[in-house]
Amino acid sequence: MEKGTLRVKTGFAEMFKGGVIMDVTDAEQAKIAEEAGAVAVMALERVPADIRAQGGVARMSDPKKIKEIMAAVSIPVMAKARIGHFAEAMILEALGVDFIDESEVLTPADEEHHIDKWAFKVPFVNGARDLGEALRRIAEGAAMIRTKGEAGTGNVVEAVRHARAVMKAIRRIQSLRDDELMAEAKNLQAPFELVRYVHEHGRLPVVNFAAGGVATPADAALMMHLGLDGVFVGSGIFKSGDPARRAKAIVRAVTHYNDPEILAEVSEDLGEPMVGINIDVLPEEERMAKRGW
Amino acid sequence: MSKGKRVGVLALQGDFREHKQMLERVGAEAVEVRLPAHLEGVGGLIVPGGESTTIGKLAREYGLDEAVAERYQRGELAIWGTCAGAIWIAREILDYQQPHLGIMDIAVRRNAFGRQVDSFEADLEITGFDSPFHAIFIRAPEIVRVGECVEVRSRYQGRIVFAAAAELWATSFHPELTGDTRLHREFVGKLAK
Repeated sequence: MEKGTLRVKTGFAEMFKGGVIMDVTDAEQAKIAEEAGAVAVMALERVPADIRAQGGVARMSDPKKIKEIMAAVSIPVMAKARIGHFAEAMILEALGVDFIDESEVLTPADEEHHIDKWAFKVPFVNGARDLGEALRRIAEGAAMIRTKGEAGTGNVVEAVRHARAVMKAIRRIQSLRDDELMAEAKNLQAPFELVRYVHEHGRLPVVNFAAGGVATPADAALMMHLGLDGVFVGSGIFKSGDPARRAKAIVRAVTHYNDPEILAEVSEDLGEPMVGINIDVLPEEERMAKRGW
Repeated sequence: MSKGKRVGVLALQGDFREHKQMLERVGAEAVEVRLPAHLEGVGGLIVPGGESTTIGKLAREYGLDEAVAERYQRGELAIWGTCAGAIWIAREILDYQQPHLGIMDIAVRRNAFGRQVDSFEADLEITGFDSPFHAIFIRAPEIVRVGECVEVRSRYQGRIVFAAAAELWATSFHPELTGDTRLHREFVGKLAK
Protein backbone atom coordinates (compact mmCIF):
# COMPACT_ATOMS: atom_id res chain seq x y z
CA MET A 1 0.00 0.00 0.00
CA GLU A 2 1.27 3.47 -0.95
CA LYS A 3 -0.09 6.70 0.47
CA GLY A 4 0.30 10.31 -0.71
CA THR A 5 1.29 9.39 -4.28
CA LEU A 6 0.89 11.83 -7.16
CA ARG A 7 -2.01 9.77 -8.53
CA VAL A 8 -3.80 9.80 -5.21
CA LYS A 9 -3.33 13.58 -4.97
CA THR A 10 -4.31 14.53 -8.53
CA GLY A 11 -7.04 11.85 -8.52
CA PHE A 12 -8.61 13.45 -5.47
CA ALA A 13 -8.67 16.80 -7.27
CA GLU A 14 -10.46 15.07 -10.20
CA MET A 15 -13.30 14.22 -7.78
CA PHE A 16 -14.05 17.94 -7.27
CA LYS A 17 -14.79 18.50 -10.94
CA GLY A 18 -18.13 20.05 -11.77
CA GLY A 19 -18.35 21.16 -8.17
CA VAL A 20 -18.21 24.25 -5.98
CA ILE A 21 -15.74 24.76 -3.11
CA MET A 22 -16.91 27.37 -0.62
CA ASP A 23 -15.03 29.60 1.83
CA VAL A 24 -16.33 29.24 5.39
CA THR A 25 -15.18 30.77 8.66
CA ASP A 26 -16.98 28.58 11.20
CA ALA A 27 -18.86 25.30 11.69
CA GLU A 28 -22.25 26.89 11.10
CA GLN A 29 -21.25 28.25 7.69
CA ALA A 30 -19.64 24.91 6.84
CA LYS A 31 -22.96 23.14 7.47
CA ILE A 32 -24.81 25.63 5.25
CA ALA A 33 -22.24 24.97 2.50
CA GLU A 34 -22.56 21.18 2.83
CA GLU A 35 -26.34 21.41 2.83
CA ALA A 36 -26.20 23.50 -0.35
CA GLY A 37 -24.18 20.79 -2.11
CA ALA A 38 -20.59 22.07 -1.88
CA VAL A 39 -17.99 19.43 -2.81
CA ALA A 40 -15.61 20.81 -0.17
CA VAL A 41 -15.21 23.77 2.15
CA MET A 42 -12.22 26.07 2.59
CA ALA A 43 -11.69 26.86 6.27
CA LEU A 44 -10.34 30.34 6.89
CA GLU A 45 -10.37 33.00 9.56
CA ARG A 46 -11.78 35.84 7.48
CA VAL A 47 -13.22 35.78 3.97
CA PRO A 48 -11.13 37.76 1.45
CA ALA A 49 -13.56 40.72 1.44
CA ASP A 50 -12.94 41.18 5.19
CA ILE A 51 -9.18 40.70 4.85
CA ARG A 52 -9.30 43.47 2.26
CA ALA A 53 -11.42 45.76 4.44
CA GLN A 54 -9.63 45.17 7.73
CA GLY A 55 -6.04 44.97 6.49
CA GLY A 56 -3.23 43.64 8.67
CA VAL A 57 -1.33 40.40 8.20
CA ALA A 58 -3.57 37.50 7.15
CA ARG A 59 -2.34 34.09 8.36
CA MET A 60 -3.34 30.43 8.57
CA SER A 61 -6.51 29.90 10.67
CA ASP A 62 -6.48 28.88 14.31
CA PRO A 63 -6.27 25.04 14.39
CA LYS A 64 -9.19 25.00 16.82
CA LYS A 65 -11.44 26.63 14.21
CA ILE A 66 -10.27 24.18 11.55
CA LYS A 67 -10.95 21.20 13.82
CA GLU A 68 -14.44 22.49 14.58
CA ILE A 69 -15.17 22.74 10.88
CA MET A 70 -13.72 19.26 10.21
CA ALA A 71 -15.96 17.86 12.95
CA ALA A 72 -19.07 19.64 11.62
CA VAL A 73 -19.12 18.31 8.05
CA SER A 74 -18.52 15.02 6.23
CA ILE A 75 -17.25 16.63 3.01
CA PRO A 76 -13.53 17.38 2.47
CA VAL A 77 -12.05 20.35 4.31
CA MET A 78 -9.35 22.55 2.76
CA ALA A 79 -7.34 25.25 4.51
CA LYS A 80 -5.04 28.06 3.45
CA ALA A 81 -1.34 28.50 4.17
CA ARG A 82 0.69 31.60 3.28
CA ILE A 83 2.83 31.47 0.14
CA GLY A 84 6.15 29.87 1.09
CA HIS A 85 5.10 29.17 4.70
CA PHE A 86 5.87 25.46 4.86
CA ALA A 87 5.58 25.39 8.65
CA GLU A 88 1.94 26.44 8.40
CA ALA A 89 1.51 23.69 5.81
CA MET A 90 3.09 21.13 8.17
CA ILE A 91 0.61 22.14 10.87
CA LEU A 92 -2.33 21.84 8.47
CA GLU A 93 -1.15 18.39 7.35
CA ALA A 94 -0.84 17.29 10.98
CA LEU A 95 -4.44 18.45 11.58
CA GLY A 96 -5.53 16.13 8.78
CA VAL A 97 -6.98 18.73 6.40
CA ASP A 98 -7.71 17.20 3.00
CA PHE A 99 -6.16 19.88 0.78
CA ILE A 100 -3.94 22.94 1.32
CA ASP A 101 -4.37 26.15 -0.66
CA GLU A 102 -1.03 27.98 -0.82
CA SER A 103 -2.85 31.23 -1.20
CA GLU A 104 -2.11 34.80 -2.24
CA VAL A 105 -5.20 35.81 -0.25
CA LEU A 106 -3.06 35.48 2.87
CA THR A 107 -0.01 37.69 3.35
CA PRO A 108 2.96 36.00 1.65
CA ALA A 109 5.64 34.64 4.00
CA ASP A 110 8.33 34.26 1.33
CA GLU A 111 8.76 36.62 -1.60
CA GLU A 112 10.98 34.27 -3.58
CA HIS A 113 10.12 30.65 -2.83
CA HIS A 114 6.87 28.75 -2.86
CA ILE A 115 6.41 25.63 -0.72
CA ASP A 116 8.09 22.41 -1.92
CA LYS A 117 4.83 20.51 -2.22
CA TRP A 118 6.46 17.19 -3.08
CA ALA A 119 7.54 16.99 0.56
CA PHE A 120 3.92 16.53 1.69
CA LYS A 121 1.37 13.69 1.63
CA VAL A 122 -1.50 16.18 1.58
CA PRO A 123 -2.24 17.66 -1.86
CA PHE A 124 -1.93 21.38 -2.67
CA VAL A 125 -3.82 23.81 -4.88
CA ASN A 126 -2.13 26.98 -6.15
CA GLY A 127 -3.31 30.09 -7.97
CA ALA A 128 -2.00 31.08 -11.41
CA ARG A 129 -2.47 34.07 -13.69
CA ASP A 130 -1.01 32.45 -16.78
CA LEU A 131 0.29 29.15 -18.10
CA GLY A 132 3.91 29.65 -17.06
CA GLU A 133 2.88 30.28 -13.46
CA ALA A 134 0.56 27.24 -13.50
CA LEU A 135 3.33 24.96 -14.80
CA ARG A 136 5.85 26.26 -12.26
CA ARG A 137 3.46 25.44 -9.43
CA ILE A 138 2.79 21.98 -10.88
CA ALA A 139 6.54 21.42 -11.10
CA GLU A 140 6.72 22.24 -7.38
CA GLY A 141 4.13 19.51 -6.73
CA ALA A 142 0.74 21.27 -6.90
CA ALA A 143 -2.04 18.71 -7.58
CA MET A 144 -4.59 21.32 -8.61
CA ILE A 145 -4.52 24.81 -10.14
CA ARG A 146 -6.99 27.66 -9.88
CA THR A 147 -7.12 31.11 -11.40
CA LYS A 148 -6.06 33.82 -8.97
CA GLY A 149 -8.78 36.24 -9.99
CA GLU A 150 -8.99 39.13 -7.58
CA ALA A 151 -10.33 37.67 -4.34
CA GLY A 152 -12.80 39.59 -2.21
CA THR A 153 -13.94 41.94 -4.96
CA GLY A 154 -17.05 40.16 -6.22
CA ASN A 155 -15.72 41.10 -9.65
CA VAL A 156 -15.10 38.23 -12.04
CA VAL A 157 -13.03 40.17 -14.58
CA GLU A 158 -9.61 39.06 -13.29
CA ALA A 159 -10.63 35.39 -13.10
CA VAL A 160 -11.80 35.66 -16.72
CA ARG A 161 -8.50 37.29 -17.71
CA HIS A 162 -6.46 34.52 -16.04
CA ALA A 163 -8.62 31.71 -17.41
CA ARG A 164 -8.42 33.09 -20.93
CA ALA A 165 -4.65 33.59 -20.65
CA VAL A 166 -4.13 29.94 -19.64
CA MET A 167 -6.51 28.52 -22.25
CA LYS A 168 -5.11 30.65 -25.04
CA ALA A 169 -1.54 29.64 -24.20
CA ILE A 170 -2.56 25.96 -24.16
CA ARG A 171 -4.12 26.26 -27.62
CA ARG A 172 -1.02 28.03 -28.89
CA ILE A 173 1.34 25.33 -27.57
CA GLN A 174 -0.81 22.63 -29.16
CA SER A 175 -0.25 24.25 -32.54
CA LEU A 176 3.56 24.43 -32.24
CA ARG A 177 6.02 22.10 -33.95
CA ASP A 178 8.02 19.77 -31.67
CA ASP A 179 11.22 21.70 -32.34
CA GLU A 180 9.60 24.93 -31.11
CA LEU A 181 8.78 23.62 -27.64
CA MET A 182 12.11 24.38 -25.97
CA ALA A 183 11.95 28.05 -26.93
CA GLU A 184 8.38 28.12 -25.63
CA ALA A 185 9.52 26.58 -22.32
CA LYS A 186 12.17 29.28 -22.11
CA ASN A 187 9.63 32.06 -22.76
CA LEU A 188 7.14 30.64 -20.27
CA GLN A 189 9.87 29.97 -17.69
CA ALA A 190 8.35 26.54 -17.24
CA PRO A 191 9.83 23.01 -17.28
CA PHE A 192 10.18 21.50 -20.76
CA GLU A 193 8.51 18.20 -19.81
CA LEU A 194 5.35 20.00 -18.70
CA VAL A 195 5.29 22.13 -21.84
CA ARG A 196 5.52 18.92 -23.86
CA TYR A 197 2.65 17.41 -21.85
CA VAL A 198 0.47 20.42 -22.70
CA HIS A 199 1.50 20.16 -26.36
CA GLU A 200 0.47 16.49 -26.49
CA HIS A 201 -2.69 16.59 -24.37
CA GLY A 202 -4.07 20.08 -24.91
CA ARG A 203 -4.64 20.61 -21.22
CA LEU A 204 -2.90 20.95 -17.88
CA PRO A 205 -1.84 17.68 -16.21
CA VAL A 206 -4.03 18.62 -13.22
CA VAL A 207 -7.53 19.94 -12.60
CA ASN A 208 -8.00 23.69 -13.18
CA PHE A 209 -10.64 25.63 -11.19
CA ALA A 210 -11.93 29.20 -11.29
CA ALA A 211 -11.42 31.41 -8.25
CA GLY A 212 -11.39 35.05 -7.26
CA GLY A 213 -14.46 37.21 -7.78
CA VAL A 214 -17.20 34.68 -8.55
CA ALA A 215 -20.42 36.10 -7.04
CA THR A 216 -23.40 34.85 -9.06
CA PRO A 217 -24.63 31.64 -10.74
CA ALA A 218 -23.99 33.35 -14.08
CA ASP A 219 -20.37 34.08 -13.08
CA ALA A 220 -19.90 30.40 -12.24
CA ALA A 221 -21.47 29.27 -15.53
CA LEU A 222 -19.25 31.71 -17.45
CA MET A 223 -16.12 30.17 -15.93
CA MET A 224 -17.32 26.66 -16.80
CA HIS A 225 -17.92 27.76 -20.39
CA LEU A 226 -14.37 29.10 -20.53
CA GLY A 227 -13.20 25.51 -19.96
CA LEU A 228 -12.53 25.40 -16.23
CA ASP A 229 -13.30 22.26 -14.24
CA GLY A 230 -15.16 23.79 -11.29
CA VAL A 231 -15.40 26.88 -9.10
CA PHE A 232 -14.18 28.25 -5.77
CA VAL A 233 -16.48 30.83 -4.21
CA GLY A 234 -14.99 32.95 -1.46
CA SER A 235 -16.72 36.05 -0.19
CA GLY A 236 -19.48 35.74 -2.81
CA ILE A 237 -21.68 33.49 -0.68
CA PHE A 238 -21.41 34.57 2.93
CA LYS A 239 -21.17 38.27 2.06
CA SER A 240 -24.50 38.11 0.23
CA GLY A 241 -28.02 38.64 1.51
CA ASP A 242 -29.16 34.98 1.49
CA PRO A 243 -26.09 32.67 1.63
CA ALA A 244 -27.96 29.32 1.72
CA ARG A 245 -30.03 30.17 -1.33
CA ARG A 246 -27.15 31.65 -3.30
CA ALA A 247 -24.86 28.72 -2.46
CA LYS A 248 -27.41 26.22 -3.73
CA ALA A 249 -27.98 28.26 -6.89
CA ILE A 250 -24.25 28.38 -7.70
CA VAL A 251 -23.94 24.60 -7.21
CA ARG A 252 -26.78 24.02 -9.66
CA ALA A 253 -25.36 26.56 -12.11
CA VAL A 254 -22.01 24.70 -12.27
CA THR A 255 -23.69 21.34 -12.97
CA HIS A 256 -26.13 22.73 -15.53
CA TYR A 257 -23.90 25.49 -16.97
CA ASN A 258 -24.87 24.47 -20.49
CA ASP A 259 -28.62 24.75 -19.88
CA PRO A 260 -29.76 28.42 -20.06
CA GLU A 261 -33.28 27.64 -18.84
CA ILE A 262 -32.01 26.08 -15.64
CA LEU A 263 -29.55 28.97 -15.23
CA ALA A 264 -32.42 31.45 -15.51
CA GLU A 265 -34.44 29.49 -12.96
CA VAL A 266 -31.64 29.31 -10.38
CA SER A 267 -30.63 32.96 -10.82
CA GLU A 268 -34.06 34.22 -9.80
CA ASP A 269 -34.73 36.03 -6.53
CA LEU A 270 -31.43 35.34 -4.75
CA GLY A 271 -31.48 38.51 -2.66
CA GLU A 272 -28.62 41.01 -2.52
CA PRO A 273 -25.31 39.89 -4.04
CA MET A 274 -22.11 40.97 -2.31
CA VAL A 275 -21.20 44.57 -3.03
CA GLY A 276 -18.44 44.49 -5.62
CA ILE A 277 -15.28 46.50 -6.14
CA ASN A 278 -14.15 47.83 -9.50
CA ILE A 279 -10.64 46.54 -9.97
CA ASP A 280 -9.40 49.50 -12.02
CA VAL A 281 -9.82 51.74 -8.96
CA LEU A 282 -8.01 49.24 -6.73
CA PRO A 283 -4.51 50.52 -5.82
CA GLU A 284 -1.68 48.35 -7.18
CA GLU A 285 -0.46 47.39 -3.68
CA GLU A 286 -3.91 46.05 -2.74
CA ARG A 287 -4.04 43.56 -5.61
CA MET A 288 -3.70 40.06 -4.24
CA ALA A 289 -3.20 38.49 -7.66
CA LYS A 290 0.24 40.13 -7.88
CA ARG A 291 1.46 38.07 -4.94
CA GLY A 292 3.60 35.05 -5.89
CA TRP A 293 5.06 34.46 -9.34
CA MET B 1 -34.26 -8.21 -21.24
CA SER B 2 -33.91 -5.30 -23.63
CA LYS B 3 -31.27 -2.73 -22.93
CA GLY B 4 -29.94 0.10 -25.03
CA LYS B 5 -26.38 -0.10 -26.29
CA ARG B 6 -25.41 3.35 -25.07
CA VAL B 7 -23.74 3.73 -21.73
CA GLY B 8 -24.59 6.78 -19.67
CA VAL B 9 -22.30 8.44 -17.17
CA LEU B 10 -24.04 10.41 -14.44
CA ALA B 11 -22.50 13.85 -15.03
CA LEU B 12 -23.88 15.92 -12.17
CA GLN B 13 -20.48 16.20 -10.51
CA GLY B 14 -17.24 14.24 -10.20
CA ASP B 15 -14.82 12.48 -12.55
CA PHE B 16 -17.36 11.59 -15.23
CA ARG B 17 -14.92 12.61 -17.99
CA GLU B 18 -12.50 9.80 -17.02
CA HIS B 19 -15.31 7.22 -17.13
CA LYS B 20 -16.40 8.48 -20.54
CA GLN B 21 -12.85 8.13 -21.85
CA MET B 22 -12.60 4.57 -20.51
CA LEU B 23 -15.93 3.65 -22.14
CA GLU B 24 -14.79 5.10 -25.45
CA ARG B 25 -11.55 3.12 -25.18
CA VAL B 26 -13.51 -0.13 -24.91
CA GLY B 27 -15.64 0.84 -27.92
CA ALA B 28 -18.86 1.90 -26.20
CA GLU B 29 -20.96 4.94 -27.03
CA ALA B 30 -20.86 7.12 -23.90
CA VAL B 31 -23.30 9.90 -23.06
CA GLU B 32 -23.47 12.37 -20.17
CA VAL B 33 -26.62 12.14 -18.06
CA ARG B 34 -27.79 15.24 -16.18
CA LEU B 35 -31.56 15.11 -16.73
CA PRO B 36 -34.10 12.25 -17.13
CA ALA B 37 -34.31 12.89 -20.90
CA HIS B 38 -30.63 11.97 -21.25
CA LEU B 39 -31.43 8.36 -20.24
CA GLU B 40 -33.06 7.75 -23.61
CA GLY B 41 -31.58 4.59 -25.18
CA VAL B 42 -29.14 4.13 -22.32
CA GLY B 43 -28.71 0.52 -21.14
CA GLY B 44 -25.98 0.97 -18.57
CA LEU B 45 -25.23 3.81 -16.19
CA ILE B 46 -21.94 4.54 -14.45
CA VAL B 47 -22.14 6.74 -11.37
CA PRO B 48 -18.69 8.30 -10.99
CA GLY B 49 -16.50 9.28 -8.08
CA GLY B 50 -17.10 12.72 -6.65
CA GLU B 51 -18.76 14.04 -3.53
CA SER B 52 -21.62 11.70 -2.62
CA THR B 53 -23.63 14.35 -0.75
CA THR B 54 -23.45 16.70 -3.76
CA ILE B 55 -24.40 14.00 -6.26
CA GLY B 56 -27.26 12.82 -4.03
CA LYS B 57 -28.71 16.32 -3.73
CA LEU B 58 -28.42 17.20 -7.41
CA ALA B 59 -29.97 13.86 -8.42
CA ARG B 60 -33.10 14.69 -6.39
CA GLU B 61 -33.81 17.58 -8.72
CA TYR B 62 -35.75 17.30 -11.98
CA GLY B 63 -36.78 13.72 -11.02
CA LEU B 64 -33.49 12.18 -12.10
CA ASP B 65 -33.16 9.71 -9.22
CA GLU B 66 -36.73 8.48 -9.77
CA ALA B 67 -36.15 8.07 -13.49
CA VAL B 68 -33.01 6.01 -12.85
CA ALA B 69 -34.75 3.81 -10.25
CA GLU B 70 -37.74 3.27 -12.52
CA ARG B 71 -35.63 2.18 -15.48
CA TYR B 72 -33.60 -0.13 -13.27
CA GLN B 73 -36.77 -1.72 -11.87
CA ARG B 74 -38.12 -2.27 -15.36
CA GLY B 75 -34.92 -4.21 -16.14
CA GLU B 76 -33.75 -1.61 -18.66
CA LEU B 77 -30.68 -0.37 -16.85
CA ALA B 78 -27.55 -1.87 -15.30
CA ILE B 79 -25.81 0.44 -12.84
CA TRP B 80 -22.20 0.62 -11.65
CA GLY B 81 -21.24 3.01 -8.87
CA THR B 82 -17.60 3.87 -8.15
CA CYS B 83 -16.71 5.38 -4.77
CA ALA B 84 -19.31 8.18 -4.36
CA GLY B 85 -21.42 6.28 -6.91
CA ALA B 86 -21.30 3.15 -4.73
CA ILE B 87 -22.52 5.22 -1.80
CA TRP B 88 -25.35 6.62 -3.92
CA ILE B 89 -26.71 3.20 -4.94
CA ALA B 90 -26.26 1.55 -1.52
CA ARG B 91 -29.42 0.76 0.42
CA GLU B 92 -27.84 1.77 3.72
CA ILE B 93 -25.28 4.47 4.55
CA LEU B 94 -23.90 4.16 8.07
CA ASP B 95 -23.67 7.23 10.34
CA TYR B 96 -24.94 9.79 7.81
CA GLN B 97 -28.33 10.95 6.59
CA GLN B 98 -28.10 12.00 2.96
CA PRO B 99 -30.19 11.67 -0.19
CA HIS B 100 -29.33 8.53 -2.16
CA LEU B 101 -30.84 6.05 -4.62
CA GLY B 102 -30.63 3.07 -2.25
CA ILE B 103 -31.35 0.27 -4.72
CA MET B 104 -28.47 -2.14 -4.02
CA ASP B 105 -28.65 -4.46 -1.03
CA ILE B 106 -25.40 -3.37 0.59
CA ALA B 107 -24.42 -1.13 3.50
CA VAL B 108 -21.49 1.28 3.20
CA ARG B 109 -19.42 3.36 5.56
CA ARG B 110 -18.16 6.64 4.13
CA ASN B 111 -14.49 7.64 4.48
CA ALA B 112 -13.88 4.24 6.11
CA PHE B 113 -10.17 4.26 5.25
CA GLY B 114 -9.58 7.77 6.61
CA ARG B 115 -9.24 11.29 5.26
CA GLN B 116 -7.22 12.32 2.20
CA VAL B 117 -3.79 11.90 3.87
CA ASP B 118 -4.69 8.19 4.19
CA SER B 119 -5.79 7.76 0.56
CA PHE B 120 -3.75 5.02 -1.12
CA GLU B 121 -2.94 2.80 -4.10
CA ALA B 122 -2.83 -1.00 -3.83
CA ASP B 123 -3.07 -4.17 -5.91
CA LEU B 124 -6.32 -6.14 -5.58
CA GLU B 125 -7.29 -9.71 -6.34
CA ILE B 126 -10.63 -9.63 -8.16
CA THR B 127 -12.77 -12.73 -8.73
CA GLY B 128 -12.70 -13.58 -12.43
CA PHE B 129 -9.40 -11.79 -13.18
CA ASP B 130 -6.20 -13.81 -13.52
CA SER B 131 -3.87 -10.95 -12.56
CA PRO B 132 -4.03 -8.21 -9.90
CA PHE B 133 -5.93 -4.98 -10.51
CA HIS B 134 -4.12 -1.81 -9.49
CA ALA B 135 -6.65 0.24 -7.54
CA ILE B 136 -6.78 3.82 -6.31
CA PHE B 137 -8.68 4.52 -3.08
CA ILE B 138 -9.57 8.16 -2.35
CA ARG B 139 -11.35 8.88 0.95
CA ALA B 140 -12.89 5.56 0.03
CA PRO B 141 -16.05 3.96 1.41
CA GLU B 142 -16.06 0.39 2.71
CA ILE B 143 -18.86 -2.04 1.92
CA VAL B 144 -19.63 -3.37 5.38
CA ARG B 145 -22.52 -5.70 4.56
CA VAL B 146 -23.86 -7.39 1.44
CA GLY B 147 -27.29 -8.94 0.89
CA GLU B 148 -27.93 -12.59 -0.04
CA CYS B 149 -27.95 -12.03 -3.79
CA VAL B 150 -24.77 -9.96 -3.80
CA GLU B 151 -21.39 -11.48 -4.57
CA VAL B 152 -18.18 -10.19 -3.00
CA ARG B 153 -15.65 -9.95 -5.84
CA SER B 154 -12.80 -8.27 -4.00
CA ARG B 155 -11.58 -7.48 -0.53
CA TYR B 156 -8.68 -5.34 0.63
CA GLN B 157 -7.18 -6.42 3.95
CA GLY B 158 -10.38 -8.36 4.58
CA ARG B 159 -12.67 -5.40 3.88
CA ILE B 160 -15.14 -5.58 0.97
CA VAL B 161 -14.28 -3.17 -1.84
CA PHE B 162 -16.15 -4.69 -4.82
CA ALA B 163 -19.69 -6.09 -4.60
CA ALA B 164 -21.64 -7.36 -7.61
CA ALA B 165 -25.28 -8.33 -8.10
CA ALA B 166 -27.03 -9.23 -11.35
CA GLU B 167 -27.43 -5.69 -12.66
CA LEU B 168 -25.56 -3.71 -10.03
CA TRP B 169 -21.89 -3.17 -9.25
CA ALA B 170 -20.35 -1.20 -6.40
CA THR B 171 -16.61 -0.49 -6.19
CA SER B 172 -14.91 1.47 -3.40
CA PHE B 173 -12.00 2.34 -5.71
CA HIS B 174 -11.54 4.22 -9.00
CA PRO B 175 -10.85 1.99 -12.05
CA GLU B 176 -11.34 5.10 -14.24
CA LEU B 177 -8.12 6.64 -12.86
CA THR B 178 -5.88 3.80 -14.01
CA GLY B 179 -5.24 2.60 -17.54
CA ASP B 180 -6.78 -0.81 -16.76
CA THR B 181 -9.96 -1.15 -18.85
CA ARG B 182 -10.91 -4.68 -17.73
CA LEU B 183 -13.83 -3.65 -15.54
CA HIS B 184 -15.24 -1.19 -18.08
CA ARG B 185 -14.94 -3.84 -20.79
CA GLU B 186 -16.78 -6.39 -18.65
CA PHE B 187 -19.52 -3.91 -17.72
CA VAL B 188 -20.12 -2.98 -21.36
CA GLY B 189 -19.96 -6.66 -22.35
CA LYS B 190 -22.72 -7.54 -19.88
CA LEU B 191 -25.08 -5.07 -21.55
CA ALA B 192 -24.83 -6.84 -24.90
CA LYS B 193 -26.06 -10.12 -23.45
